[in-house]
Amino acid sequence: MNPIPSAVVPPEPVAVTPELLTQHSITPEEYDRILKALGRVPSLTELGIYSVMWSEHCSYKSSKVHLRRLPTKSDRVVQGPGENAGIIDVGDGWACAFKIESHNHPSYIEPHQGAATGVGGILRDIFTMGARPLAVMDSLRFGPIDSDAAIEPELIRKNHSIVEGVVEGIASYGNCFGVPNLGGETKFEACYSGNPLVNAFALGLVRQDEIFYGKASGTGNPVIYVGAKTGRDGIHGATMASEEFKEGSEQKRPNVQVGDPFMEKLLLEACLEAMKTGAIVGIQDMGAAGLTCSTCEMGARGGVGLDVELDFVPQRETGMTSYEIMLSESQERMLLVAEKGREDEVLKVFAKWGLDAVVVGTVKPESRLRIRHHGVLVADIPNESLTDDAPLYHRPVGTWKTPLPAEPPVHAQEELTKDRDYTADLMKLLGSANISSKRWVHEQYDTMVQTNTVQGPGGEAGVMRIKGTGTPGHERGLAMALDGNGRWCYLDPKLGAMHAVAESARKVALTGAEPVAATNCLNFGNPEKPEIMAQLSAAIDGIAEACTALGTPITGGNVSLYNETRGEGIYPTPVLGIVGILDDVTKAVPADFQQADDAIILLWPVPRGEEPNPDLKVPFTPEPMRYPVVEAEAEVVADADSEDPEATATAELAAFGSSEYAKVVLGGVWGTPPSLDLEAEADLHTLLRAVAERELVHSAKDISDGGIAIALAESAIRSGIGAKIDQDESLLIHPLFGLFAEPASTVILTAKSADVDEIEKLADEYGFIAARIGVTGGGNLEISVNHEPFISASLAELREPWAESLEAALHREVLA
Amino acid sequence: MKFGVIVFPGSNCDHDTYNVIAEIAHQPVQFLWHDSEDLKSVDAVLVPGGFAYGDYLRTGAIARFSPVMDAVKKFAAGGGLVLGICNGFQILTESGLLPGALMRNAGLKYICKQVHLRTETADSAFTNSLEKGEVLQIPIGHAEGNYFCTPEELKRLEAEDRIAFRYATADGAVTAEANPNGSLSNIAGVLNEGRNVLGMMPHPDRSSEKLLGSVDGWKVFESMIGALAAK
Repeated sequence: MNPIPSAVVPPEPVAVTPELLTQHSITPEEYDRILKALGRVPSLTELGIYSVMWSEHCSYKSSKVHLRRLPTKSDRVVQGPGENAGIIDVGDGWACAFKIESHNHPSYIEPHQGAATGVGGILRDIFTMGARPLAVMDSLRFGPIDSDAAIEPELIRKNHSIVEGVVEGIASYGNCFGVPNLGGETKFEACYSGNPLVNAFALGLVRQDEIFYGKASGTGNPVIYVGAKTGRDGIHGATMASEEFKEGSEQKRPNVQVGDPFMEKLLLEACLEAMKTGAIVGIQDMGAAGLTCSTCEMGARGGVGLDVELDFVPQRETGMTSYEIMLSESQERMLLVAEKGREDEVLKVFAKWGLDAVVVGTVKPESRLRIRHHGVLVADIPNESLTDDAPLYHRPVGTWKTPLPAEPPVHAQEELTKDRDYTADLMKLLGSANISSKRWVHEQYDTMVQTNTVQGPGGEAGVMRIKGTGTPGHERGLAMALDGNGRWCYLDPKLGAMHAVAESARKVALTGAEPVAATNCLNFGNPEKPEIMAQLSAAIDGIAEACTALGTPITGGNVSLYNETRGEGIYPTPVLGIVGILDDVTKAVPADFQQADDAIILLWPVPRGEEPNPDLKVPFTPEPMRYPVVEAEAEVVADADSEDPEATATAELAAFGSSEYAKVVLGGVWGTPPSLDLEAEADLHTLLRAVAERELVHSAKDISDGGIAIALAESAIRSGIGAKIDQDESLLIHPLFGLFAEPASTVILTAKSADVDEIEKLADEYGFIAARIGVTGGGNLEISVNHEPFISASLAELREPWAESLEAALHREVLA
Repeated sequence: MKFGVIVFPGSNCDHDTYNVIAEIAHQPVQFLWHDSEDLKSVDAVLVPGGFAYGDYLRTGAIARFSPVMDAVKKFAAGGGLVLGICNGFQILTESGLLPGALMRNAGLKYICKQVHLRTETADSAFTNSLEKGEVLQIPIGHAEGNYFCTPEELKRLEAEDRIAFRYATADGAVTAEANPNGSLSNIAGVLNEGRNVLGMMPHPDRSSEKLLGSVDGWKVFESMIGALAAK
């Protein structure tokens, strides 16, 4: 190939009009910046390149100044944010690469392909670093799927098709590629109707000395394009993902890429095999902004330039312009730099797997991106102006005050004062969209391929064995979990985000693993609105604080803004993915009951700063709860020398307003998320590891959506083993809050009766109270106080609403 | 005894199957590339699960034309043991080594879950360490596992005791509820006439270690090893 001569005719300037800039989502100020960086008027191709690289999706221009506050370092972190994925040391010479990324906008426009290519993109981010993908998970949020008088039937039907399409898309891609899906989250909330969230997480394993980076180096080294041919699909996908949706956004369907998991599987095998040759210098996938992003980023990271001849790029369609080739987001493509003279070794591997692999350019010493098409220079841009020197905005940060009330709405207050049938309430919760079984989703995923899945979907965290580590039969393991809570963040973005970190880390710790690192996906509305920036900024503060306290630095992730349709924003929804390490995967603790006649233990923190009271029997929640405040009970608390009882009751009532029970059963949301003590949370994780290491517990489950009643019911239904809880009144000063509140840092364990004393002792050491509250066994769930039953139902009765409601809602015809 | 695991473009249980033979059976094993007719003088051929050729056209429809399948046909004709799992079963039916076809699941969705199988015959190289009627817990993971054959073929399969496994309840009852994919007569696995080729949709490769939740699948490999040792 002929090198591009150094003295050349500059790219032909385009006639720049305000309309042209608007079409490219470039502001007049940004255009001035382009003029300055180039010293001339850009060509159309250059304008397109700036447009995608400076889009919110690629440049993080609104969030970057805030993201800098996140903790990113620890002894375990091998690679932090800025590469294709974060990498941590997991021991025995192994490292794991992992990341979460959003594909929200494409999944709304074309659910199947949008979600499928989300999975494909995150998988490429992992294997481009040399890591073989070990597992994927997804955090999914949809609009309501149950008929509801308050929602247009048309919208419900649309939500059905989005749920069906997204799940099918994820399944079709991951199953064919051959990576197990460990579940994640599937949540429903009205605010996600016009704007579903599809956040895909992937994790892969790589030997520590075999990690590859997206960095070009070595003047004269060949630049090789591998994988699928380039077509016109996905042009301006990154720009589309950086805009609000308006009427007619569905017309952008051609902007959504089409995935081919078979091609991706071949690309995986070929890339890993080619890496083994030792002839590859750097490699990066072509994801958002395709060839543009990979060429300028690889060059910028290495401080070199890539000269590319577009005529050599394999093309699926005829007559493609340089603009189209550079901006195409065709899937399953990679760009790599090989050692000069050894390109044949690389090309041979790709030929074996039947893939295109073509030398398309050369590495140059000057850090510029130079693109030539049909012998004409069409782009000549300093790399840094596209990457590090892209615009950064200190957007105005306003204040966020939730429009939801602080006090229960009138109808909820009325409900609260009524006599309640707690069994009926439990059944209603079990059948509700957020709590019911997600079997319909998970069974569509291959959860077992690669034969490493120790705990698949449905438990607290996914647990994978790492073959070839530890000792045979006692290999090391990785636990991973995703969590977010939009409603809590809507009430209080900082506290809600802290809960997302704490809960995902807690899920990992419940398996006995040590949570060591995190990845985050920040889903927010339009950053040009000061109140949205306030949410984002507060959430980042919350994540920073919680990740620091829990020892889980952020190693990467993704920000998705402009999640608004017709001006309606989503709840601020940061989603956290936490990874933890198990030294011996055979000691991983499952979530559900394992056998009859085990003691059921409730574990909750002694409020920090107070001495544990050895005489304390069993207050159910950290602060006993009562509403309406009954006089006699108020006295009890006053005698106990507690804080102002009325203030306590008010705080507990406020926290109850953010619960699933308040939303589903009482029909209202108010108040604040539950309080969270990060010091206690960190101690809980250490404690959970200690009991798992000593093999003292048979199961461990988080108290989350729906409170202790739901935690017990789920464990019982899933295992087929019932439970009997009988406590004196100190357990349940007010049963409603005792049963259904969602206090942080509170878990249920089961263990042999003989081990309870030791668990209590260990708990005490870490500032926790472990109280035996019942026993497993039988075919019923019975919860009594002073032998008076509050909840009593057979497992079969409980199973029905829980097991079938999701599928039933999807299959039910929505009538106008 | 040496095992060979075929690798098609798109196979994704090749390493899993290889791992069972190497790490659990502790037997020699090697991969066989789809593009070669050389079976490397193995004693048994394993056709693994996955999406050979991306399942384009129809599952197994392109894989049957691979050079390696010509060699497998000759190998089977000579009495060699061939086990096809999941996509491997689909490829064996497409290749004509086994009767019938695997259609889209009755529910039209991919299904991955633990199921129970009733052993229908102990008289084969793949089931000799099992007892007739023995119930196994082995997972499935497929979108096209709905077994179909003509009434004549079914009659023949039954008459010749060539149905190896049927989907059943945990108690071994063959019922409609226990049938995950609509398979004719709950068929989960069938043998060829010579009883040296078995195709099955459930994954014994995913149920050969306690850590993974079941070791019942190991009995299929154990049977093969026993049969090869007796040869």
